[in-house]
Amino acid sequence: MSTVWLVVLVVGFATVGLKATGPVLLGGRELPDAIAGVVDLLAPVLLTALVVTQTVGGDNELVLDARLAGVGAGAAAIAARVPLPAVVIVAAAATALARVLF
Amino acid sequence: MSSCASASALRYRDGVRTAAAVAATVWFFGASFGLVARSAGMGVLAPLVMSATTFAGSAQFAAASILAGSGSAVAAITAAVLLNARYVPISISVAQLFHGHRLRRLAESQLIVDESWALAGRGGRFDRRILIGAGVLLYLAWVSGTAVGVLAGDAFGDPKTLGLDGAFPALFLALLVPQLRSRRAVVAALVAAGISLALIPVTPPGTPIVAASAACLLGLRRPR
Repeated sequence: MSTVWLVVLVVGFATVGLKATGPVLLGGRELPDAIAGVVDLLAPVLLTALVVTQTVGGDNELVLDARLAGVGAGAAAIAARVPLPAVVIVAAAATALARVLF
Repeated sequence: MSSCASASALRYRDGVRTAAAVAATVWFFGASFGLVARSAGMGVLAPLVMSATTFAGSAQFAAASILAGSGSAVAAITAAVLLNARYVPISISVAQLFHGHRLRRLAESQLIVDESWALAGRGGRFDRRILIGAGVLLYLAWVSGTAVGVLAGDAFGDPKTLGLDGAFPALFLALLVPQLRSRRAVVAALVAAGISLALIPVTPPGTPIVAASAACLLGLRRPR
């Protein structure tokens, strides 16, 4: 098997398993109160981690680049209660613009 | 009861509509993946199979760029699996939305991707119909985008030129805000941000997100 297909198949199978973890092992079951409190916090916690890593994450370093301008513009749009699709467009445009300018 | 079929169809449609703008962004991102994968020497079929089975942008880009730099299969697999390890906590956060036979839960869980998951939590509580509706739409956008990128290639170019790499974190920020209604959620988010920032320089990509999810243990303390 070629390297490419080996990577594609192993990563594919692994990801199917990772995504299935919660639904297959815990699906359709009531969680005990203590666990439910923990699970409730997963959304804000994971979203925060996604925002941080995708804004300043680099290859083993913090990188401050045009993405920061995009997220900043997006934050301003969110504060102005702009609809979600517009937030995405504003952020992309600001990122692209900052990349041209700097 | 909300078992009325038309109300149910409405909720699915809402999921699809909410996801439309995000789907357009994902489509372009998929097209760039197709292009990057093709130029990394992955051919035509392999990138398509990868998009259809892995359905997770950052891991796919990482694998393609390692293969392009003639890195080993082990390096590409390790990077991609680490990046996708976040789907363990992400899928646990929505486990309650999946019912029925184990195989059905397995199949439906494949519609979980950062964006469908985040959109489903938009109202502060996760909505199954939005997760599924948005998941289907984003899946189609990702795979068809990949196909166009692999075949049409150079017409799209670097996703960075379009600023897409700044659009996704802004989207997640927009979806984070409604989640920050309790003091506890704010504290947990701040702890998660601190863990992420501290680990980005010293751990492989993907690890900071998994480590940051430990901040949800603050939920063990009962709210007063």
